[in-house]
Amino acid sequence: MDHALVVGLHLLHAMASLALISVGLAVIFGMLRVINFAHGEFLMVGGYAFVLSAGAGLNLWIAMLVVAPAAVGALGFLVERFVIRHLHGDIIATILATWGLSLFLIGLAATVLGYHQQGVAPPFGTVQFSSYSIGIYTFFVILVAIVTVVSLFVWLRWSRSGLLARGAMQNPGLAATLGADTKRLRTAMFVLGSALSGLAGAVLAPLAGVLPEIGATYVVKAFITVISGGATALTGTTLAAALFGFTSQAAAFLSRPVVGEVALLVVAIVLLRLLPTGITGRYFRKAL
Amino acid sequence: MNWVRERASLLAAVAVGGALIVVVPAVAEIFVLFELTLFLVLAILALSLAWVWGFGGILCFGQSVFFGLGGYTYAIAVINMGDSTVPLLLGILLPALLAGILGYFLFWQRISDVYLAVITLAVSLIFYYLTGASAGSEYRIGNALLGGYNGIPSVPPINVPGLPEHQVVYGDLYVLTAVMLAVVYGGLRGLLATDFGRVVVAVRENEERAQLLGYDVRATKLTVFVIGGAIAGLSGVLFAAWGSYVSPNVFAMTFTAQIIVWVLVGGLGTLSGAVVGCVLVQAAMTWLGEAKLADTNLVLGAAFVVLVLFARRGLVPGTRSLLADLRGRARSAP
Repeated sequence: MDHALVVGLHLLHAMASLALISVGLAVIFGMLRVINFAHGEFLMVGGYAFVLSAGAGLNLWIAMLVVAPAAVGALGFLVERFVIRHLHGDIIATILATWGLSLFLIGLAATVLGYHQQGVAPPFGTVQFSSYSIGIYTFFVILVAIVTVVSLFVWLRWSRSGLLARGAMQNPGLAATLGADTKRLRTAMFVLGSALSGLAGAVLAPLAGVLPEIGATYVVKAFITVISGGATALTGTTLAAALFGFTSQAAAFLSRPVVGEVALLVVAIVLLRLLPTGITGRYFRKAL
Repeated sequence: MNWVRERASLLAAVAVGGALIVVVPAVAEIFVLFELTLFLVLAILALSLAWVWGFGGILCFGQSVFFGLGGYTYAIAVINMGDSTVPLLLGILLPALLAGILGYFLFWQRISDVYLAVITLAVSLIFYYLTGASAGSEYRIGNALLGGYNGIPSVPPINVPGLPEHQVVYGDLYVLTAVMLAVVYGGLRGLLATDFGRVVVAVRENEERAQLLGYDVRATKLTVFVIGGAIAGLSGVLFAAWGSYVSPNVFAMTFTAQIIVWVLVGGLGTLSGAVVGCVLVQAAMTWLGEAKLADTNLVLGAAFVVLVLFARRGLVPGTRSLLADLRGRARSAP
């Protein structure tokens, strides 16, 4: 019984981490259709913002929940304003520019902070389930993932600004005709996506640590999750994160961690073969 | 006019090719030749993506899969066989076979561009994880230890067919690589001039129209993909023979992205551009790495962002629009 509980918790944690990694990209790529190859580095910057400000003596929770999202949000603002906007949705130019941005951020972090891992010990300590001990921080990660996804959903579904954002993404021309400032909305959405990435990077930092090149471990998983999710970005990404997180963690339990990584990719390929437009291309089409 | 231009570019290509094969080995030092060999090996890989993406219209993010598979196949086979002739051919055939299987999977389902990119990327990562997890003495194929992230060291060089003691190294390997590059370049240009080449471009331009005109879009794309896989495999074989080493890094995300950048820097939709872009970017990275003035990633990354922002529509209009925007007077261009 306790064993089943622990396994279940690990499965939930894998799903939650994947959802956190992907949710910022769900906004930036899923909704804005900006192929942001620097997504992994946004997470990395979030991780550093948290680790460094916490290391400088700032309150841990302020560093994680305020400083990191704010820092990456600001970075996202600059990127959107000075790079993305000038590319006018040209896919090839966007790939090249964001790939360059990704290299630039890696190089910057390495120059300033060095190529070594930094971290913060996970807060809260551990809890004992008969013979298993589990970090309480695991529960916190799951909680943050749930709160993030649910509040994003509620905002998009029921608020006036959320409606405006959805309208502007679905039909920019019509939204502009009706008086919405689509340019500012795009910037705002990009900043929101960046801030969510910053939050994710900070929340995952105590478990994974940060180093300049850590983005590479996140970016492919995030893209695969968002793309497999399909047209309705948020619901699709959440479902895909649940499916992939479950599969990879289960495979890792049954065999080795590397098998889990491979299982995730194989399931993604098979899924896209069966549902070429992603999960929400066929199911839950009316969702968000 | 068009006719003249076509002939001129052909003449230029022949002149450059001749200089690379004949003149450079005669004047360059052995160390320079060694480094140039790598650039030319990678230029063959760049050509394979320029062909698949620029002419076939297939946005493949996993061209390194075929490159890496070619390298690994050659390394494993040559360690077991001794003579390099069969391993060399296997290193081309196996990637072509994989491209065939993968292409069948992708093109018969009519998967869209972005999905195709992600699937090919996922395949390259699968290879990365699997080869990386192959450390330990139980992972061996014949005499070849796979070695996990340490890769396979001391891969024997290519030899003259049937004569294992006549090894093709240094200057000879340079000439072989340059000839291969010329053959691949000339072969692709020749292929593009045939009826098949015209169908390939027609499919890239408008898939639906090509199909309505009665061409088999799926088979065309598959053929393009298989040819691209074979060329990338050849490049991988030469790479493994050049460094007598192959490791999972050939499947890594950064390497895959690099191939795309070579093609984009040189100009998508040209063959010579891929070669120029590859050599320029690689030379810049090598120089930055040796000069140690600043972090390679930092400089290269900044260069790409600036390049895309300013040089996309030409340097002057790009600068103008950005300056205008900085002053807050941006108007969306018609």
